[in-house]
Amino acid sequence: MNLVTAGFFLGIVGLTLIITYIAAKKTSSASDFYTAGGGLKGWQNGFAIAGDYLSAAAFLGVSGAIALTGFDGFFFSVGYVVANLVLLYIIAEPMRNLGRYTLADMLTARFNEKRIRGVAATGTIIIVILYMIAQLVGAGALIKLLFGIDYWLAVLIVGVMMTTYVLFGGMTATSWVQIIKAGLLLFGTTLLAFLVFAKFGFSFMNMFDTISAEHGDKFLNPGMKYSSSIDSVSMMMALVLGTSGLPHILMRFFTVKDAKTARSSISWTTWITAIFFSLTIFLGFGAMHFVGIDAIKLENAAGNTAAPLLAEYLGGNILLSFIAAVAFATILAVVSGLVLTGASAISHDIYGEIIKDGKLTEKQQVIAARIGSISIAIISIIFALFAQSLNVSFLVSFAFCIGASANLPVILYTIYWKRFNSNGVVAAIVTGVVSCLILGAMGPNIWSPVEGAAIFVGEPLVKLSVPAIITIPLGFIAGYLGTVLTQHNVEQKKSQEIYQEIRVKANTGVSVSDISH
Amino acid sequence: MANISTLNNQGEKMIKTTFNKVEKEQIDYKTIDQMASFNQFVKKKNTFLFSVTAVFLTFYILLPILAFTPVLQQKWVGNITGVWVYSAALFVMTIALCIVYTRMAPKFDKIAAEVMAEYKKGGGTA
Repeated sequence: MNLVTAGFFLGIVGLTLIITYIAAKKTSSASDFYTAGGGLKGWQNGFAIAGDYLSAAAFLGVSGAIALTGFDGFFFSVGYVVANLVLLYIIAEPMRNLGRYTLADMLTARFNEKRIRGVAATGTIIIVILYMIAQLVGAGALIKLLFGIDYWLAVLIVGVMMTTYVLFGGMTATSWVQIIKAGLLLFGTTLLAFLVFAKFGFSFMNMFDTISAEHGDKFLNPGMKYSSSIDSVSMMMALVLGTSGLPHILMRFFTVKDAKTARSSISWTTWITAIFFSLTIFLGFGAMHFVGIDAIKLENAAGNTAAPLLAEYLGGNILLSFIAAVAFATILAVVSGLVLTGASAISHDIYGEIIKDGKLTEKQQVIAARIGSISIAIISIIFALFAQSLNVSFLVSFAFCIGASANLPVILYTIYWKRFNSNGVVAAIVTGVVSCLILGAMGPNIWSPVEGAAIFVGEPLVKLSVPAIITIPLGFIAGYLGTVLTQHNVEQKKSQEIYQEIRVKANTGVSVSDISH
Repeated sequence: MANISTLNNQGEKMIKTTFNKVEKEQIDYKTIDQMASFNQFVKKKNTFLFSVTAVFLTFYILLPILAFTPVLQQKWVGNITGVWVYSAALFVMTIALCIVYTRMAPKFDKIAAEVMAEYKKGGGTA
């Protein structure tokens, strides 16, 4: 690691620690800890949500995937961008109007039962851990590559940093780290894209001509990674619907004061992500042309270092160091958000509300939240240390799959379906989670006849890399059947009254701060 | 995005003043839920939201379907194939629908505020 790299690296660490220090002074209650007191402005939360989208997988993974597989990599970009519309149109505002800290809070606003909180919190923890292992393993490998630090040390550094932000600064620190990183990432990506486009004479025609002449037309169409329409349709469904079911994204809607601010947040996010993901074309094609496919693969077979290598080509060591530092900040910000979300499920839902019946004092809640954060961090770090040699980046797609198949059905039914009942909630979440895990475990990410290509050697029983096309309908059907088959068991009048309240609150935002009943 | 926030302001003020008054009393959700104006409002809003959602999801999911057919695999302009143009169109669609929503939403806020005002006027017995 040379002086410039060290400078940027320490700059990021220093800046984020100052933020944490300032945020720590403002973090005294449970609401401060989990939702920054609901006091973020629309643009701030918009940048923070964009920061959640723009993980290392999105920044390094997508540009690398475009560089190595052409259009197949760009599918992700389209998916992430359109996913904003689902959030904006049908999720963000009712979510804000009904929830408090967690997804389980929103569901129990309608179905006030401990088992509902239990299954929702379990779903959240599973998603968070899958997502986090993928991020941490990726982070370890990346930091090892960029800074030449050992894998275990890299994972520990990231682990200690993320725990520090969350532990002391709660959601305020996590959000500001996310906001600053989103700004830096947007700046860095725009700069790289501009330099690439300038070298192509600001001509799309010229860029596509060059790629076609150099690498052949196969990069201009899908087919290098996804062999069939059905596999890519399934993956695209998971992306567009799964985003609205990811607990760390949903939690962000509680950091603003009302539905209107939630709306403006996601509108900011839409613009930011649309700009960012359209720039991934330049990053991908730029790396393909200027760095070369062989050189990218030599450094990292999955192409994760395509963007840093491109930065080095375009701007030498200084630009490389800057982009590497931004990538480091990206990793830190995303894992911090995940730790906080995991902690909210463990400490608020399971410990506070289920075990202690919601009878914790404000002070006890904050202590519980901190213990929860440390626990979830330690569990993920241990998993990540053991998973070093495995290619686990696909776990993120499992998280999207569960989000779309388990969480999205219950969110939509809870808000919009009058007859929905608590048995339907349990049926949908359990079916969604279990089917994603089982079908995923039988899929090509786990099993491959080629040794080393996946975790086990063997023929995959399920050909789909992401089983969303099967599991999403399963989740919705389970929620429907669970409801209609047990309709007679439920107290009709009481449940009808609660739904009236939910419907009024979701649509008008009346009494946002007073959700309990 | 500046014009969006100014658009929001008016509706926001209306809602805030209305709600602050309402919140002081016990809110009778059942009454609001059965008000004709409330149900018209919810129906209108949900019809708008879900029809737009159905449209953009359809255009979206056509991408991975058509991307494997000759339709989008052809070169449309120079060496630029249809898949890229269609993807770019989806980006434009996303931004356009985002703007449409932020224009429509304050109108819905206004209707919501009117519904709450009507509820208040009826003294909870409307």
